[in-house]
Amino acid sequence: MKAYALAGIATILFILHQDFWNWGNKTLVFNFIPITLVYHACYSIACAIMMVFFVKYLWPHELEDTSETHGS
Amino acid sequence: MTPAIVVFCYLAIVVYIGIFAFRKGKDSGEDFFLASRSLGPYVFILSLFGTNMTAFAILGSSGLSYQRGIGVYGLMASASGFIIPLTLFFIGTRLWYLGKRFGHMTQVAYFRDRWECSGIGTVIFALTATMLVPYLIIGTMGGGTTLESISTITDDNGKPVMEKVIKDGKEVMKPVLVVQKGDDGKPVIKEGKPLMIPKMNESGQPVMENAMRPKHWVPYEVGAAIVAIVVMSYVFFGGMRGTAWVNSFQTLLFLGFGSIAFYLISRKLGGFDQIMNNMLSNPRTAQLLDRDRIPKEEFFSYMFIPLSSIMFPHIAIMCMTAEKITHFKKTVILYPLCIAAIWLPSVYMGVVAAHQFPGLPAGDTDDVIPRMLRENTSTLLSGILGAGIMACVMASDSQILALCTMFTEDIFAFYGGRKKFGEKATVWTGRAFIVGVTLVSYLIALQLKDKEGIFDLAIRFAFSGFASMAPVMLAALFWKRSTKWGALASTLWVGATMIAIWYIYDSTDVAGLKPLPGSPPKVIYESLGNLFLRTPGNVTMYGFLPVMPMCIGSALIMVFVSLITPPPSAATIAKYFPSKKKHTVNTPSPADATAAV
Repeated sequence: MKAYALAGIATILFILHQDFWNWGNKTLVFNFIPITLVYHACYSIACAIMMVFFVKYLWPHELEDTSETHGS
Repeated sequence: MTPAIVVFCYLAIVVYIGIFAFRKGKDSGEDFFLASRSLGPYVFILSLFGTNMTAFAILGSSGLSYQRGIGVYGLMASASGFIIPLTLFFIGTRLWYLGKRFGHMTQVAYFRDRWECSGIGTVIFALTATMLVPYLIIGTMGGGTTLESISTITDDNGKPVMEKVIKDGKEVMKPVLVVQKGDDGKPVIKEGKPLMIPKMNESGQPVMENAMRPKHWVPYEVGAAIVAIVVMSYVFFGGMRGTAWVNSFQTLLFLGFGSIAFYLISRKLGGFDQIMNNMLSNPRTAQLLDRDRIPKEEFFSYMFIPLSSIMFPHIAIMCMTAEKITHFKKTVILYPLCIAAIWLPSVYMGVVAAHQFPGLPAGDTDDVIPRMLRENTSTLLSGILGAGIMACVMASDSQILALCTMFTEDIFAFYGGRKKFGEKATVWTGRAFIVGVTLVSYLIALQLKDKEGIFDLAIRFAFSGFASMAPVMLAALFWKRSTKWGALASTLWVGATMIAIWYIYDSTDVAGLKPLPGSPPKVIYESLGNLFLRTPGNVTMYGFLPVMPMCIGSALIMVFVSLITPPPSAATIAKYFPSKKKHTVNTPSPADATAAV
């Protein structure tokens, strides 16, 4: 269930990346940052938050078992 | 000269780090090529991130945003911030586990064991090694260009001292250009700029003058040699441990670079409000404040490019160096933020530079940030920040080491070298390869200095090539039914499509066939309609970047050919897809897709 929810979040973020509604929008936020840059800066933060959820709920714990390892 | 001195100090530091790593190292292949899989959490994330960042992150991104506007961040950086952490999470962790469990040191070593193949692994090696080579040359070229640029000799007014351009012992001459005037006596304007035409003398011949260029303390040839020797030294002595430590140092340097440069330039210019509003009121520069110059199809299809990251050999190999798999946790969370820290100020300053230095030709825009630094900061700061740029430029260290690891493990050791000559000889073979490949890259960088665009182009194609190999890796990790023939077919598809797209690009890279920047794309083959379109910098398919159909084709071919060819043996399947019964009671059952079709 968690996997499907996280897949849904990733899909939504993928769609949000294609922010066609911002095409042609030349608004300056705080009078000096183009809004399209602000949007994608926030998008980057959202990606980091998404990964927090992936790490918390979908971490592959089975891969932490390295009791049978190649001898170096 | 001060900036150059600062950069030399930086280069001395990285050589010292490499030699220090040498003293810490052991004489085994796993230690030299993978730092004995012992990198701590912070070195791991910093070196992994630093390995992925090249000169493009600062110089290229600002140069591109100068031409195409603020949308470059969304096009490249935020797409990477979404895709790359996911690939590290799903693929990187598994590569780490399989390397730890079965001793694999390269992607090809894993593929060979996974699919019980030998020659096919060599084919994959050949393609991936070929795609990696341009990075080595670009790194050397970038080092020579950057050292030359920051050692520009200036007069008392801060203007560059110029000298005549000499080529093959002769002075290079160029026509004198004047503004063309119309019948009304006013300058003829084309694309917002006065049209320049050659000045003619009384006999109708163009008036010629000496071509001039800025004079430098450190010429390109010397700068390229210095960078080549420095990189070769710490890779030769320190191997992966030295490379990881240097990359960590470099990452800290250029993570801070963007923000510091942004602040200093902003302070000198009195803030960016006035500049941005001036750009907004000018129809020509207003286009740079949104995505007018980036088609929606290209913006969408660019999401496929970051799939290349995990398929770059140096990234995949770096994934195997972590001491514990839990190091990936911080890495995947911080990765998008690290990208933002570098790309946000670089892209923004590229757009600002379009206002400060209008009219730069496409080939000169990669220099806009060093140019802004020279004009808006002190020479000392310019030097320190120049060292930050050098850090990016010298990212070829990881590619050199990866190529060395691949050659040593996938060719030398695989075909009996380790068995015949021993572990120590294997390590020294790797070291000899580092020297050889650095020397060859340097010689090529010297001969083809003016053809840097070729290697830039090769790297762009390599991104598509590596991205299209991602389905091969996904099939290996997650699909029991995948076969070596499916992998071979996908690999051949990737190679063939890269060559085909390169051919189409190259044959249309002439005036008339290639549209001017800002102009709509041109149809290449009329009989095929909009299938192939030529944009100023790309060939697209129905407007989408080639990486998209290449990637989809690779996946479909992998599936189709695998289904019609015999799978690996049951023993190999059991080895890589163990029964769930082997997990302990306390281990949570896997929630992700390690279950196979």
